Amino acid sequence: MSGTASGSVVITHDVGLHARPSVKLTKLAKGFAATIEIAGAADGPWIDAKSIVKVMAMKARQNATLYVRATGEGAQEAVEAIIGLVTRDFDEMGDGH
Amino acid sequence: MGTRLQGTGASGGLFMGPVRRLGSPTAERQSTGVPEQERATLKNAIAAAIEDLSTLMAGVEGDAQDILAFQVAMLEDDALSAPALMAVDGGTAAHTAWADALDGEIAGYEASEDDYFRARAADMRDIRDRVLRHLSGEAGGAASAGTVLAGEDIAPTAFLETDWSQGGAIALIRGSTTSHVAMLARARGIPMVVGLGDDRILKARHLIVDGGSGAAVADPDGEAVRRYAEESAREAESRAAQEHFRLKPAMRLDGRRIELLINVASPEELDHIDVHSCDGIGLMRSEFLFRDGAPLPGEEDQYRAYRRLLDWAEGRPVTVRTLDIGGDKPIRGLTPEGEANPFLGLRGVRLTLAHEAVFRTQIRALLRAARHGALKVMIPMVTVPEEITRCRALFASCLAGLEQDGVACRMPPLGIMVEVPAVAVAPDLFSTAEFFSIGSNDLTQYVTAASRDDARVATLNDASHPAVLRLIQGVARHGQETGTPVSLCGDMASDPRHVPALLAAGLTSLSIAPSRIAAIKAAIAEV
Repeated sequence: MSGTASGSVVITHDVGLHARPSVKLTKLAKGFAATIEIAGAADGPWIDAKSIVKVMAMKARQNATLYVRATGEGAQEAVEAIIGLVTRDFDEMGDGH
Repeated sequence: MGTRLQGTGASGGLFMGPVRRLGSPTAERQSTGVPEQERATLKNAIAAAIEDLSTLMAGVEGDAQDILAFQVAMLEDDALSAPALMAVDGGTAAHTAWADALDGEIAGYEASEDDYFRARAADMRDIRDRVLRHLSGEAGGAASAGTVLAGEDIAPTAFLETDWSQGGAIALIRGSTTSHVAMLARARGIPMVVGLGDDRILKARHLIVDGGSGAAVADPDGEAVRRYAEESAREAESRAAQEHFRLKPAMRLDGRRIELLINVASPEELDHIDVHSCDGIGLMRSEFLFRDGAPLPGEEDQYRAYRRLLDWAEGRPVTVRTLDIGGDKPIRGLTPEGEANPFLGLRGVRLTLAHEAVFRTQIRALLRAARHGALKVMIPMVTVPEEITRCRALFASCLAGLEQDGVACRMPPLGIMVEVPAVAVAPDLFSTAEFFSIGSNDLTQYVTAASRDDARVATLNDASHPAVLRLIQGVARHGQETGTPVSLCGDMASDPRHVPALLAAGLTSLSIAPSRIAAIKAAIAEV
């Protein structure tokens, strides 16, 4: 499925888009063929979500809004997956308690 | 005999081996002058650095593994090397181009207002230097096993990254006997000498490190090697004699049982310790989860680390000390900077009560872990009873919060360190503490007003000063009279010479460096 998609999500993770979350986010992004970009504002600047160097350079903190857009194959799924990961606090909370 | 250098012993034992230098790469490298060649060389060095890190990752877990995974992801990202490769194509030498590009990244992180992001500068420096070492041919690969690490100072990660399975030693120009690495070295039985104050240790090919006498011999000759061999044979013999005691209960000459616990700085240490050789963990230094330069550990990370200790202990008591930073253990962003006298400043419980959010995260993790074994929680640097009251209120509030959220948890016994003389002189004022553990290192330095780290006054810092022993005796007696358990977890418990005095003072529980288990049991058996 090809096309474009976009969305946004508030970062609730307590240290923001830090080293470990960034590793997870870029790994997830690399799993999609689509071009995926993220930004700290609705009008950009947009950066490559597959580059940890650039994702870390955003220095996005807790409570910041993360904007996500994608174009190409699986764009919709890619945006949903990224937003899902951020919403779940990068899967860092809870272990069955 | 080679060049004999005198420093201070930070961890006992004797070792001879080839030198591996710590710190930033210094070797000069000549550019090939051919851009295509420089490009290939840089790419190979990056690939080799990724390979190093992947190998290291296989041997660690938890936070250490996350830090390495982050470094690998950075190195694998073309965006990191792109500016360097562009400079190389323009005729710049590979090492200059790489250092310039990474220095730019490092400056970006250092300029951040956020502590978490600023702390990543240390990772970027690590990445920069690892690739530079490959470029200059300094990276020795497997040479780390069985070597003497020599440098100005050493980072805890450098200790954890080293393969100690073939033995090894540490020789430092500066360094401190109370640093985290010194604690790790004592726990693993790795000989370590600090304060050698002479860069000849960096130029030597081989070093003998004698942690007992605090000396190092650079490039020993035949005579020195022969004496080293004799001395290590003697040490091996006495170790073999003590070994007989390792798995037996600690018992005095008359059969009275002594509880022998261990001090742990990092959960990884437990991989090398047989749980049947001790009665539990008397001191888990939780600050090891809070490495300077690394992100603050979350509740989940801490919970996992505490559970790992409890699982290891198989029902034996595990005493976790709440975050004890400040003094000589700074964490950027938490500990105050530029204090005139950090040992008398905002440290231990004073600091955690001032950073309630950080403290609450730790308390929640402890309350959750307490369900899984005999957890006890110990508060450091208590000076007035109100500090215990405030801690107890925080524990109660976190407990209520967890219960409200339906999270399984339990209130563990809450005790205190006895290290501030105010407590040692008047333990009866602290009746709300459910147990006492005497921190003889700090108690000694506060009672003698002399620091161990200052060579000029180090002889005054004597744990066997009658005033220190009298305080220990007073606390032990108070414990017996009130039925409050008392232990001692300072370095003096790990020294066989102090054991008779400690037992004479009335102590029936000691917490020691794991590497000293056999030696201390042997010493107890003679008293």
